[in-house]
Amino acid sequence: MAGIRLAVPETAQKGDVIELKALIQHPMESGFRRGSRGEAIPRDIITRFECFYNQEPVFTADFNPAIAANPILTFYTRATESGELEFRWTDQNGETWSDRKSITVT
Amino acid sequence: MRIASLCGVALLLAACAPSAPTSRTSELSPSDLQSGYAFLTPETQQLQDDPFENPGYLWVDRGERLFQTSAAAATPSCASCHTEGLSGAASSYPAIEPSSKRLINLEGRINQCRTEHQELEPLAYESEDLLGLTAFVANQSRGQPYGIAPSRELQPYIEAGRTYFETRRGMMNLSCQQCHSETWGKALRGDTISQGHANAFPAYRFEWQSLGSLHRRFRDCDTGVRAEPLPYGDETYVALELYLATRGAGLEIETPGVRR
Amino acid sequence: MSETFVLDRAPDHDRFGGAIQLASTPLQAQADQAGVTRARRELFGDRPVQEGRVTVKLPPIAENGHSVPMTVSVESPMTSEDYVRRIAVFSPRNPLSNVAQFQFTPRSGKAEVATRIRMSGTQSIQAVAEMSDGSLWSGSMETVVTLAACVVL
Repeated sequence: MAGIRLAVPETAQKGDVIELKALIQHPMESGFRRGSRGEAIPRDIITRFECFYNQEPVFTADFNPAIAANPILTFYTRATESGELEFRWTDQNGETWSDRKSITVT
Repeated sequence: MRIASLCGVALLLAACAPSAPTSRTSELSPSDLQSGYAFLTPETQQLQDDPFENPGYLWVDRGERLFQTSAAAATPSCASCHTEGLSGAASSYPAIEPSSKRLINLEGRINQCRTEHQELEPLAYESEDLLGLTAFVANQSRGQPYGIAPSRELQPYIEAGRTYFETRRGMMNLSCQQCHSETWGKALRGDTISQGHANAFPAYRFEWQSLGSLHRRFRDCDTGVRAEPLPYGDETYVALELYLATRGAGLEIETPGVRR
Repeated sequence: MSETFVLDRAPDHDRFGGAIQLASTPLQAQADQAGVTRARRELFGDRPVQEGRVTVKLPPIAENGHSVPMTVSVESPMTSEDYVRRIAVFSPRNPLSNVAQFQFTPRSGKAEVATRIRMSGTQSIQAVAEMSDGSLWSGSMETVVTLAACVVL
């Protein structure tokens, strides 16, 4: 089970630009490393990150192997209405992990 | 693979050097005591201090979940006995376990609890669960004093640990003492040698891209001087842990630390 | 999103990490930049790129090449008429030049993202931003990457 940590303000004023942080535990195996017997370790990385605000995408990212293990993203969005922020990660095999946080906008 | 000799390309990156002067004696004096934290760049120090971004907390979170959860139907959770939490517990280890009279560290104590009070299997070193539980328990003491006072009972183990620390080993024929007590503060390639304290473990190391135990760090150090590393949980490593806890007394527990 | 990762340059060696080099030789630097130019062309075509408006922030010395904190930001009002569509980050010395791409919307509020990247040696990380009017802007920053003292692998 991938550990996920999210930092989302609980409340915001309408129009504020708020800071969001999303961290997920993942080795982001680059595919360039070799094991102790010289064997190639296959690539295994998260390739896509998406943030939805009440189901609308507000920020997305495409990751390559150069993104460090246990990838963290700090990004921003404008607080428009109360609702739910969903954070979704997809790996190279299509497996997904996601988590949600609510926000109250006044 | 190109490996520069240890005495060779030494980049004197002044930005990485700590403020205290380097020592030339073979013992650390109490006034010289500095955590590995002091040898990090400001950005990495900030990362360790950040309770959200410090990746070590992913394992602390995991440990907390395990601590609160009952593993099976009739199995008590850790929290059901340790209702007040375990603040102050980590700094008591390694300690002599009363029934077996053996020296055990925090990992050993957690496993003993599991087998004796929860009827669960012991967890393997470097398993996500044992790392999580160790990180969680040690984190409960973050900011508290690190260190164990020598006692008559502990003396033979402290001596065993000290002997390991002072013995040269490996193809490079180096002892822990030579780097960490005699040449700390000097440059080793792009790194500044730290004093080799254990107060931040289990720690997130960039080299591992993961949280890892102190024994994993010992094994890396041994491999670094091209010596045969001891197995995880080896009693000599536990004795070394104890010796380090007497040597580093006065520092603070920083778990989960962030290190190179 | 293509899953084929074609190497833009031969790795220095098997382990992901480089020997300490404060600067590459002129020939090497040319070869490195060729990989970045190719990657940029794949994403943005041959459109002209102007330097400016894009800031790449990295520590002057990276503790360890496995995890270097990076912030990329672009000056932009981020309105529906004038916003940053995407930012692509490139590394000349990594085996793959393309580090990541970030896509923004007018709802982003601020064209800024911070993350941690892997860097194979001392180099200048470059970022190219595409604005909503199609114009391209770039910025870069160099950082020194040190290698661990005791190499285990």
